[in-house]
Amino acid sequence: MKIEVNGEPREVAGPMLADALAELGWADARVATALNGTFVPKGARGDTALNAGDRLEVLAPMQGG
Amino acid sequence: MRDVYGVSLASPLMLGTAQYPSPAVMEEAFRKSGASVATVSLRREGGQGQAFWDIIKGLGVHVLPNTAGCHSAREAITTAQMARELFGTNWIKLEVIGDADTLQPDPFGLLDATEALAAEGFEVFPYTTEDQVLAKRLLDAGAKVLMPWGAPIGSGLGLNNRYGLRTLRTAFPDVPMVIDAGLGLPSHAADALEMGFDAVLLNTAVAQAGDPAAMARAFALAVEAGALARQADPMAPRDMAQPSTPVIGKAWL
Repeated sequence: MKIEVNGEPREVAGPMLADALAELGWADARVATALNGTFVPKGARGDTALNAGDRLEVLAPMQGG
Repeated sequence: MRDVYGVSLASPLMLGTAQYPSPAVMEEAFRKSGASVATVSLRREGGQGQAFWDIIKGLGVHVLPNTAGCHSAREAITTAQMARELFGTNWIKLEVIGDADTLQPDPFGLLDATEALAAEGFEVFPYTTEDQVLAKRLLDAGAKVLMPWGAPIGSGLGLNNRYGLRTLRTAFPDVPMVIDAGLGLPSHAADALEMGFDAVLLNTAVAQAGDPAAMARAFALAVEAGALARQADPMAPRDMAQPSTPVIGKAWL
């Protein structure tokens, strides 16, 4: 299915968020996720189904003031 | 200084981690600053996150994630939730920006987000103005620390409204307050501590200095001087001169 990952169109199989993260190479990465603007805790990624057109944000620690 | 959410900080200096010429310069600046807290953010994963996090962990300071760049309560709340998981802390420097030019907080969104996050167990550090009514509302909503601005973020103007800040400090004598944003010089930081603020948070003033490590050291000395001066109970200013040398016993010449 086609979803948007960090603003870019991507093709993922899913069906769960955890599956998509593994496909994208972030299975073990230190990242936090939000789906369609809502936080998805790490423990819920395996139970969160993706749908075509979903907006996924994958965020990492970054410099800040 | 007053404890922040039950934590006694070793230094009243909080330092940002952005805009340094290199990670090595940032580490050196932190060492020279003696800062007790490092602010961090979260952004779209580009492959650098883990390396940055390893450096931050190595600094041995408290980590304060921010919601920089958020323009609505909803955006800030989601960002805070993600930050809590990523950084493993309930602390959140809550920024809800209301104006793109001044980067001043949106008081309404800030209040909504503070209320929601405090209810979720977050320990909120709201980035606010010197507005006393808003401060009261933020405290009522569950914030136990306030972060009034000195001046707009990155401006380096220092304490832009001394009257308002002094009034705010006096109105809530028991609330820990951190002057966040707008400081450009060590004298601004000393000024804030002398006025009774508990700590200062700065980033650009150190990171964009020609020699960030030297400037970090200068800020460390300034906050130490300011805190010491506050404890020493400064004299009250007066409008007219008063001779310090005794008048009695002066020769008739």
